[in-house]
Amino acid sequence: MAPRRVVITGQGSINALGHTATETCHAMAEGRCGIGPINVRDVERLSIQIGGQVQDYLAEDHYNRQQIALYDRFTQFTLLAAKEALAQSGLVFEGALAAEAGVVLGTAAGGVNTWDENYRSVYEEGKNRVHPFVIPKLMNNAAASHISMVYNLKGPSFTVATACASSNHAMGQAFQLVRSGISRAMVTGGSEAMLSFGGIKAWEGLRVLSRDACRPFSANRNGMVQGEGAAVFVFEEYEHARARGADILAEVVGFAMTSDAADIVMPSKQGAARAIAGAMKDAQLNPEDVGYINAHGTGTAANDKTECAAVADVFGSHADKLMISSTKSMHGHLIGGTGAVELLACVMALREGIIAPTIGYEEPDPECALDVVPNEAREAQVDVVLSNAFAFGGLNAVLALRRAP
Amino acid sequence: MAEQDVQSKVIEIIAEQAVLEPSDVKMTSTLEDLGIDSLGLVESIFSIEEAFDISVPFNANDPSESDFDITSVATIIAGIQGLIEKQTS
Repeated sequence: MAPRRVVITGQGSINALGHTATETCHAMAEGRCGIGPINVRDVERLSIQIGGQVQDYLAEDHYNRQQIALYDRFTQFTLLAAKEALAQSGLVFEGALAAEAGVVLGTAAGGVNTWDENYRSVYEEGKNRVHPFVIPKLMNNAAASHISMVYNLKGPSFTVATACASSNHAMGQAFQLVRSGISRAMVTGGSEAMLSFGGIKAWEGLRVLSRDACRPFSANRNGMVQGEGAAVFVFEEYEHARARGADILAEVVGFAMTSDAADIVMPSKQGAARAIAGAMKDAQLNPEDVGYINAHGTGTAANDKTECAAVADVFGSHADKLMISSTKSMHGHLIGGTGAVELLACVMALREGIIAPTIGYEEPDPECALDVVPNEAREAQVDVVLSNAFAFGGLNAVLALRRAP
Repeated sequence: MAEQDVQSKVIEIIAEQAVLEPSDVKMTSTLEDLGIDSLGLVESIFSIEEAFDISVPFNANDPSESDFDITSVATIIAGIQGLIEKQTS
C-alpha cells in the first residue's frame, strides 16, 4: 500500500498560557510569560516555588461530581484539549471510521495528583481506606481511554511514556498509523499535571530546576521550570480530509526516534543529531528546506548546548540561517505533554508566519550561537519546521511538518 | 561536631560514592580524579545534607556559580564546615 499523506485538521490545548490553542498561540505571539508563583498544597515546604501553572481553572466549571471522581487533573486537561481539537476538525466517529480511529497520547507520569493525595491520606493522615477509583484515576492510560469513550474511537489506542519525549513519540505513532493506511484518523498529543507537592519535590532532588525563570540558550540560564497542561491534535489522511472539505492546519511529513544508549540523564549530541537527521530523511528534506525548529530547549546547561551542537552538526552552514526557539520559556516544561503544546508553535509558524520567541533571553552563550528568536516573536514565511524532544533516559523523537498543501 | 569528625564523615560519603576506601580519598583529590560524575555529585550532596542536617546551595546547571566550591575534597569540606557553623551560630 502506498504511504498516505497525513494532515492536521484540529488542535486544542490548555496550559499556563491559556485555556485554548488559540489563546496559547496569541500568548506565544506576544511573547507572554505564563511562569509565576505556584499555588499547591504545602508550597512553603518546597524550595522551588515557581511553575507554569494553568490559571483560573476550577474542575467544577467543566465536569460534574461523578466525572471529577474519575478524572485526575491530567485527564481533565486532556479532555478539554480534545474537545477543542475535535470541534475544530468537525470529524464524527461512526461505523468504519470509528472502528479504525484511535487515540495515542503521551504522559510521563499520569495521575500524579491522585497518587499524591492518596499517599498523603494513608501515610500522613493515617487512613486505612482510599476511594474506590484511585487506580482507574491515576493510571497513565486513563486520559487516552476517556477520550476513546467520549468520541467513540475503537481503533488502536494506547499511551506512550518516554519522559520529556512522550508527546513526540505518541504523535509519531499516530502519524505512522495514518501514513501506513491502518487508520484514516487518529487523535493524538499529550498531557501532564505534575505540579503537586510530590511532583515538584521529586524534581527538586535532581537540582536542575531554576528558582526564578526559564531562560533557554541564555548564558545565564540556571535550569528548567515545570509546567502543566495538555495539547491534542487530529491527524487525518489527506484525501479523507480534502474530500470532506476540512480546514487543513499543516501536514506531518516525517518522524524519527533514536536512543542514546549512554546515560540516564545526560543528553548526547549524537543521539539528538541522529533523530533530527532521521526525521529529515523520513520526510525527504534537505537542510535548507527547514526554516524553523521548535527546540527541546529546557534551559538547563547540558540540554541547550548539546542541542545547539546537534543542530550545527546536522545543518552545517544552514544552521546559521534557520530560526530555533524554545517556547518552554513561556509555558514551562510540561514533561510528557511538552511536545504537544510545542507543536502549536510549529503550526503557528507554518500557518500564520509567526515564529514564537525564546523569552527571558539575556546574555548570548557562545555554545548556543544560533538564531534563537530572542524575546520577541518574528514574522517569517517558513515552509518546513521541526519539533525536537530529547528525554531523560536518552530517548529522542523529532517530528517534521510542512505548510498545508 | 568537631572539625575532624566533619572531615572524616564527608570523606566517608565521597569514598562510598566513588567506590573507594576512605584512605584513597585525598584532600587534594578532585571529583574527576575520583571518577564522580554529575549524577554522583548530586547524590553525594544529598548524603551530606542528610548527614549534617544542612542545606547545600548547589545548582547542577552551574556548579561554578553555586555558592559552594566543589573544586576539591578540601574545598567541599571547608564549604560544609562553613554551612554547619552558619547554622549553629
